[in-house]
Amino acid sequence: MAGLELLSDQGYRLDGRKATELRKLQARMGVFTQADGSAYLEQGNTKALAVVYGPHEMRGSRSRTLHDRAVINCQYSMATFSTAERKRRPHGDRKSTEMSLHLKQTFEAAVMTQLYPRSQIDIYVKILQSDGGNYSVCVNAATLAVIDAGIPMRDYVCACTVGFVDETPLADLCYAEESGGVSSLALALLPRGGQIALLQMDARLHQDHLETLIEAAMTACKGVSKVLDEVVRQHLQEASVLTGE
Amino acid sequence: MKDTPLSNCERDFLLKAIEEKKRLDGRQTYDYRKIKISFGTDYGCCFVDLGQTRVMAQVSCELVAPKENRPNEGIMFFNIELSPMASPGFEQGRQSELSVKLNRQLERCLRNSKCIDTESLCVVSGEKVWQIRVDVHTLNNDGNLMDAASIAAITALCHFRRPDVSTQGQEVTVYSPEERDPIPLSIYHMPISVSFAFFQQGTYLLVDPCEREERVMDGLLVIAMNKHREICSIQSSGGIMLLKEQVMRCSKIAGVKVSEITELINEALLNDRKARKAGGKCGFAESMPQERITALKKDETPVEMTDVTETANGIIQKGEAAPQTVPSPVVPVPGVGQVGQGLQNSWGLEDDDEDDYEEEKNDNSGDEQVEEVTKMDVGEGDVVEISDIEEEEVVILNPEVPEKPKNTGSKSHQKGAAASKKRQKK
Repeated sequence: MAGLELLSDQGYRLDGRKATELRKLQARMGVFTQADGSAYLEQGNTKALAVVYGPHEMRGSRSRTLHDRAVINCQYSMATFSTAERKRRPHGDRKSTEMSLHLKQTFEAAVMTQLYPRSQIDIYVKILQSDGGNYSVCVNAATLAVIDAGIPMRDYVCACTVGFVDETPLADLCYAEESGGVSSLALALLPRGGQIALLQMDARLHQDHLETLIEAAMTACKGVSKVLDEVVRQHLQEASVLTGE
Repeated sequence: MKDTPLSNCERDFLLKAIEEKKRLDGRQTYDYRKIKISFGTDYGCCFVDLGQTRVMAQVSCELVAPKENRPNEGIMFFNIELSPMASPGFEQGRQSELSVKLNRQLERCLRNSKCIDTESLCVVSGEKVWQIRVDVHTLNNDGNLMDAASIAAITALCHFRRPDVSTQGQEVTVYSPEERDPIPLSIYHMPISVSFAFFQQGTYLLVDPCEREERVMDGLLVIAMNKHREICSIQSSGGIMLLKEQVMRCSKIAGVKVSEITELINEALLNDRKARKAGGKCGFAESMPQERITALKKDETPVEMTDVTETANGIIQKGEAAPQTVPSPVVPVPGVGQVGQGLQNSWGLEDDDEDDYEEEKNDNSGDEQVEEVTKMDVGEGDVVEISDIEEEEVVILNPEVPEKPKNTGSKSHQKGAAASKKRQKK
């Protein structure tokens, strides 16, 4: 999209945000009754649903059971109506499989799987509307769903996608910014310890800028974690009011 | 076929060695294995050896209709084949996790970084563009397929020549290599990926893990860079938690390694160009008689040869005199010949005692020389006795120890048996 400047001289982006501003984050927990844990999360125009089943007995291949911890099984899929052009293959193609693997890896690092040996935890995430930052929104939604399911985690897992334009890091990219050839970095962070669960970067970026970009991503993730924390406490309060405690 | 699982002692051994900064093949923490690049007869065919890991990349091109949303850009297609040839754990045709990972990583490293000018691949905008297809086949897996595949892919792309075309309005003429020389692709930069393996929850890190190290690693960080120190892609995998400082350090190391490898690639391309210009035969078939193609060929190991004669003489002198020759046959009765004393009775007659054996042994050690050779007298009437007595000493793994040296046995038997027992006791 030539001609659309991603960062104007006054420091405003395409949707009017400043460089370090995140999109509006709204979330709801416990949206489904069947699942052990579920959450719906909107970050700007990207909407994702996450559902968690488990921990339960290993289904499918018994041989994959781990004797000392739980196996985490993730599936990422995009609804066919989520993108501008109808998606022909919602899951099973390489990108979705890779995303599922990344999600699995992220949550294996964060969930305390040692507490549930020989069992399985399923995390299903579906993107209902895609406007950039798919991976980050999935991770945030899945974190809320895992908390809703009551599975212990080391810390919130917060993710954010940042880009680099004109020597400035832009936090929380939208689709127009992502496809504009901007170098984008997706980072999943456990905020309290500053540990990076997943780091993924595409497109060219000079080595000297890497540190600034990672720093910006970490700050953005910490911002996300504050919002998620608020959501969880709110949900807990509502739930306790309903049960009359 | 399922991979042989790694035993716990192997795993512990590897982890222990890594803690002491030692690797199986003696490399340092940041060392790469030896990289060898060779080319095939066709343009665009390249073999890369990273230690024992072998991959082959082949580039081919075809005129197709472009994608609708990019009418004046060519198409790049990457494919990594994990064939069962490379490792028994790979299955033909099944899209395993590793295959998805490698494919996506290669795509991200080469396609998203825009290393090739796709607009130059356009022939007729909106109708005909070149589709460049890079197929990487893994031939032998000894760890770190990602790096080998990325080196092979970019080298093959640099080596490739596509046919020349000319357009007259809507008509497109493709010239064969005989009519017009094929032209190389326009490559902006060469992204090369460097893999870092993490162990013990990120405490130790190794560059270029071999297959054993890959099995015990906690996670992998792959950084793709070019020689201008631009990072083309970073991907962390495995359930490890990284710190920002670790990532920064890895990117610095990657910068150094990438410039070395780029040097190597350019040299290889230059050599190949010279060889082709000189008209010499080149390619896959030629490298076979020169034994360059054998996968398991060992490189020449440097051996210290300066004082080999003295060392050899020393060893020979310290060595024991040659064993007794077999005595000439004794003929007690016509038609019957006896050669030697015959073997020790191996039927395990237990009436004797192990205590006797101890005393005998101690006596024996008194009279014989303690200076024994490095070679033992193996095979001179040494037998294995299997008996059921519980008080007997446990003799482990040494096949030539008889329990009770009989009096009928010759002196050399006793010597040999007691000597080996004595050595064990030591």
